[in-house]
Amino acid sequence: MATIDAETSADAEEGKVFTASGGDWADIAEEATTLGEERIVVNMGPQHPSTHGVLRLILEIDGETVTEARCGIGYLHTGIEKNMEFRTWTQGVTFCTRMDYLSPLYQEAAYCLGVEKLLGITDDIPERASIIRVLLMELNRVSSHLVALATGGMEIGALTVMTVGFREREVVLHLLELITGLRMNHAFIRPGGLAQDLPPGAIDRIREDIPVLRKGISELEKLNNENPIVKGRLQDVGYLDLTGCMALGITGPVLRSTGFPHDLRKTEPYCGYETYDFDVQTWDSCDAYGRLRIRINEMKESLKLVEQCLDRLQQMGPGPVMIGDKKIAWPAQLAIGGDGMGNSLDHIKEIMGTSMEALIHHFKLVTEGFRVPAGQVYQAIESPRGELAVHLVSDGGTRPYRAHFRDPSFHNLQAMAAMSEGGQIADVIVAVASIDPVMGGVDR
Amino acid sequence: MTDGIDDPAELSVNTPAAEVVTTRHGMFGNRDSGDTSGFGGLTRSVALPAPTPRPYGGWFDSVADVLAEALRNQNTDPDAAIESVVVDRGEITFHIRREYIRAVAQVLRDEPDLRFEMFSGVSGVHYPDAKGRELRAVYHLTSITHTRRVRLEVAAPDADRHIPSIVPVYPSADWHERETWDFFGLIFDGHPALTRIQMPDDWPGHPQRKDYPLGGIPVEYKGATIPPPDTRRSYN
Repeated sequence: MATIDAETSADAEEGKVFTASGGDWADIAEEATTLGEERIVVNMGPQHPSTHGVLRLILEIDGETVTEARCGIGYLHTGIEKNMEFRTWTQGVTFCTRMDYLSPLYQEAAYCLGVEKLLGITDDIPERASIIRVLLMELNRVSSHLVALATGGMEIGALTVMTVGFREREVVLHLLELITGLRMNHAFIRPGGLAQDLPPGAIDRIREDIPVLRKGISELEKLNNENPIVKGRLQDVGYLDLTGCMALGITGPVLRSTGFPHDLRKTEPYCGYETYDFDVQTWDSCDAYGRLRIRINEMKESLKLVEQCLDRLQQMGPGPVMIGDKKIAWPAQLAIGGDGMGNSLDHIKEIMGTSMEALIHHFKLVTEGFRVPAGQVYQAIESPRGELAVHLVSDGGTRPYRAHFRDPSFHNLQAMAAMSEGGQIADVIVAVASIDPVMGGVDR
Repeated sequence: MTDGIDDPAELSVNTPAAEVVTTRHGMFGNRDSGDTSGFGGLTRSVALPAPTPRPYGGWFDSVADVLAEALRNQNTDPDAAIESVVVDRGEITFHIRREYIRAVAQVLRDEPDLRFEMFSGVSGVHYPDAKGRELRAVYHLTSITHTRRVRLEVAAPDADRHIPSIVPVYPSADWHERETWDFFGLIFDGHPALTRIQMPDDWPGHPQRKDYPLGGIPVEYKGATIPPPDTRRSYN
């Protein structure tokens, strides 16, 4: 923890020194005079193992009590939204999947649902594609919540919680790797459907791993739920009641920890969520402990949803996973060849050997992309951290004119001050962990 | 699939005109040298969806009515506050004159039949060729009570980039307005501390603006440079 204690060292030589960053000078000077006391400003992060990534917390402390808390963000800003303006609508998936690195499939899904809404093809997405999207998203919710618990545990010194959490997350990541080919940054959900269908044996493999995950989650429950140290550290810490949540626009587990069952999967369903059987998990304690319990219970609900997806996929049998409109659908399907995964040989044979029109079509769609009628849409989905939304503006071209992501971590992190001020400095860690911000998403 | 509206005159005289934000010429981003592709003569107007005449359909009409009535009760002329209403792709957008944005937000939040209690974010859009309306702030509001969403769009000229802040109404607009200032240079008057949030404090310029200079990449081949992305060939 780096302490900026400019007053003590500099005071001796130059008299009273105030270090300021932002705000009006007159206000700072006035504030300093009225306080007339030494204030210690602790700069926690941006390189600190307990701040959940490159988050900088600026804490004004009086002994062990935090009197004022502010966040400094932007250390992981990579200009993803700007980059997306210079790539086709399909290529945009590859960028937005890299924002919040713990929930890549949610960004892909939100973005693709937005593009589909702009194209007016929401109802034309094959059912199989929607089911696999739900399957992927719910698996991703489990892996994301496992990291939330793991890092949250690590930050309060519960290292076994961390090892168990990351061990179980690896089970999910293996499944995601089996389906999409990558552990993260999948770029698997595409405008119009999916990059490809589930590989052979995937359904059985997921079925085998669900009991493994259930066992791991119950291990986490045994470690956490009635653990007196966990309860001592988490209960009544990071308190934010419903009024505070509504004023600050907080969504996700933090809002649900006030007992309010708000979940976009229920209120504004997408991808057919209204047809699945699951419960919105709430807790009524408004504190970090409630959010921990909600995350554990949501993982169990997610596994129930995964099972329902698998049942449906088995019942419906094979089918398309990409929209039928050939002006939007990616022209080639992937297949395993002699040198690994690539364009299917049949497709290459067709475009190179038999149909010049197919070759032109493939070339135009891949290099130029499809055009999206001018207009703007807002599409929100329930990510593990709350309302993840995309605001897309099209100028009628082949690239987004503007793509903006309303990231739940970015929005919810604004509640850090309300949760931490007046509490102990050690509780700041717990409060931030209970928001579960992912800086990749906050800074984009 | 439609390709935007090629000629604004095609729209019938009875419907309000779509807002043409820019006109593009040629193709492949070719600006100065001779174009041998044959596409050089192309002209394309980029028109945003036109204002929608009544009825809007669904709950949109009742929200528009209640909003107008509530504004009148606050001694605000709804016709002065609301420039136009666009219903597009199942979403409603109120174009609000900037001096009224705080009053409109207040009414949307507090009126029991509106109750847009949750602020979902503001993002900027930059249309460099839309004279006098270059910069837009686009607000998204959510009503959990009624399960509804509305969008408010506020335009500001680049020469006078001021929009009243709605932080007094929605405290959670704080970081979103800072982000929009950071990326677009929109100044939200009345914001408690409008400082940069993503870029470093001493960063020059506002990177999400369309006129923000982008860098090319020098490559180790006879002093060649990969041009900045906005000057590379493109299909727009």
